[in-house]
Amino acid sequence: MSEMTLAGAITAGLRHALEADEKVVVMGEDVGKLGGVFRVTDGLQRDFGPDRVMDTPLAEAGILGTAVGLAYRGYRPVVEIQFDGFIYPAFDQIVAQVAKLHYRTRGAVRMPITVRVPYGGGIGAVEHHSESPEAYFTHTAGLRVVTCSTPQDAHWMLRQAVASDDPVLFFEPKRRYWVKGEVSESMDAAPPLESARVVVEGSDVTLVAYGPLVATAIDAAAAARDEGVSVEVIDLRSLSPVDFATVEASVRSTGRLVVTHEAQQFGGLGAEIATSITERCFAHLRSAPVRVTGHDVPYPASRLEDHFLPDLDRLLDGVDRAMGRVNSLTGWTA
Amino acid sequence: MSSVVVGSIERADAPPDASSPAQLLAPDGTRHPHPSLDRHVADLGPAQLLALYEDMVVVRRIDREGVALQRQGQLGLWPPLLGQEAAQVGSARALRRDDFVFTSYREHAVAYCRGISVDHFMPMWRGTAASGWDPFEFGMAPPGIIIGAQTLHATGYAMGCVKDGVDSAAVAYFGDGATSQGDVNEAMVFAATFSAPVIFFCQNNHWAISEPVELVARRPLADRAPGFGIPSLRVDGNDVIAVTAAMRAALERARSGGGPTFIEAVTYRMGPHTTSDDPTRYVDPLEREEWAAKDPIERLERHLRSEGALDEGRRARVDERADAAASAMRRACLALAEPEPLALFDHVFTEPTSWLTRQRSQYEAYLAMFEEERR
Ligand SMILES: Cc1ncc(C[n+]2csc(CCOP(=O)(O)OP(=O)(O)O)c2C)c(N)n1
Ligand SMILES: [Mg+2]
Repeated sequence: MSEMTLAGAITAGLRHALEADEKVVVMGEDVGKLGGVFRVTDGLQRDFGPDRVMDTPLAEAGILGTAVGLAYRGYRPVVEIQFDGFIYPAFDQIVAQVAKLHYRTRGAVRMPITVRVPYGGGIGAVEHHSESPEAYFTHTAGLRVVTCSTPQDAHWMLRQAVASDDPVLFFEPKRRYWVKGEVSESMDAAPPLESARVVVEGSDVTLVAYGPLVATAIDAAAAARDEGVSVEVIDLRSLSPVDFATVEASVRSTGRLVVTHEAQQFGGLGAEIATSITERCFAHLRSAPVRVTGHDVPYPASRLEDHFLPDLDRLLDGVDRAMGRVNSLTGWTA
Repeated sequence: MSSVVVGSIERADAPPDASSPAQLLAPDGTRHPHPSLDRHVADLGPAQLLALYEDMVVVRRIDREGVALQRQGQLGLWPPLLGQEAAQVGSARALRRDDFVFTSYREHAVAYCRGISVDHFMPMWRGTAASGWDPFEFGMAPPGIIIGAQTLHATGYAMGCVKDGVDSAAVAYFGDGATSQGDVNEAMVFAATFSAPVIFFCQNNHWAISEPVELVARRPLADRAPGFGIPSLRVDGNDVIAVTAAMRAALERARSGGGPTFIEAVTYRMGPHTTSDDPTRYVDPLEREEWAAKDPIERLERHLRSEGALDEGRRARVDERADAAASAMRRACLALAEPEPLALFDHVFTEPTSWLTRQRSQYEAYLAMFEEERR
């Protein structure tokens, strides 16, 4: 065990992956000498050489498209997209090619590509640097989509993603890059990549979060406890497939569900989870599922982002709605 | 059997700086004649050159203020244009009011030359709004961060000019790094297809963040355009006279139905990529020094002094103007009001939708509850 930042835990994971399998290659913009704009690939080109850690031309479609060709050739590309908002030029390659080739070739061709994407807001950035595009990809059949919230998970999940023979979109909560935690570099205790985890136990309401908002959800659970409400927090970890068994088991015992994400609400993960859980255990629900999400507007200028992003108070308001307590929809007089 | 040789295979590996760019003003301030470009700048006498000089000094000063404001925590980010003053001023000053420019994020000098007051530069970089000016008022789209996308917009705009029978032109400003993007290559295909009056103005400042232009260019970037059927020129981007001449030549072609032109302005990014960048990780200080000796402002200053067009008094007045512009920008920055929370919901659609109206009022109620609690 050693203490690492979330970013450093990913770096360590990449290092293991490069050492373990010579077919693993890292590619992206500025990943070489610079070590990436977040320094996640720091030192890798120096240690593994420019053949294994490649600075690519500035072209996301090109990066993903050539990763497909490398995968045909037996390579296992780990691609870095510099920021969430720059994945769209690669969208076509990801959804029309990467996601479908295994299906199209009836299993003959595997696409063991990992696409690392720093995502989410809260860092005061300019346009296109704070987005949460995960739902575009969870909506696409054939892609695994995961995200981490702790250095330990970042490390384990990155290595599992690279080892997976399916394509994995690996979303990194960039505002948590500098969070520190103890990390074991042994994979022995790593839970399966597609499993969710109960991070706070509770009995009144289930709060499902992932990525950057898990820490916020844990804080909200502590604050709610002070008000006498027992919140169970689930870190979803895998966004596709979703570990519904874990979520369902929790909701069956609490009877209430709140889902939160930074991404816009309409057609988002919250909608999918609320619906699926309602289908699975409607009879156990004591109130309607609640979503606490970004608003359905483009990610705003940075001085407004605090009003866009769900925070502790908005999560507590969501919990109050699920609990039928006074909340923003009822007003004080309810 | 005869073989068909496409292109010049023997030059396939020529480095991107192989052919020397057109230069009318040498770093030492000497004005050299140029067979094809001279006629485009025949009218540039001391008064016109002084005006370009003043523009360059002012934008360098504004740029320095942008960096300072960011360092002081007043701006979220600033991408410095240091070293690229001639490329931007020379090209933008060649334009007419009715032309339209589509830039990336570093073109503060282009904005300045379009007549956009420095106040309008601030909201985007301070983070109070996504953009700062009305594109139609100044003939300039908001700065584009998605690399290369704007080149297609410029091309489409130019296609519209042809349809409307006007002789306005569109300009796409982009970097050396951007030339790798599919969008930029598609823009050139469209421009050639529709003979669009668009100018592809590529500032080759030698860097795409940490990636040197040599990484992606086996030959000069300007050599790519002819393959698309687009004539191209490679000019010294630190020579404001050469840049002006090239842009005027391209505009002449555009306005007379000759279609697109690609200009590679060879320059150097003297600062970091942005205020978030640490170029010590990848820039060779010796290379930077070499480029410092080719400074665009100093060379024009040498020229003007040798012509007797610039003395200390005039130089001081130019500096005063530059300082005034910088302090106006600082004042405007500090005076920017914090945006109203509910402004978040404005302008998503031309008319608010029922879904969004509901979401907005729910958030309004949420905020009101906090207000009440505070009371
Ligand atoms: C689609 C996209 N991918 C990546 C980025 C991140 N990025 C911002 S600037 C830049 C380098 C651009 O280099 P160049 O085109 O030469 O312009 P310069 O910054 O030198 O002016 C990169 C990779 C981006 N903004 N958009
Ligand atoms: Mg560049």
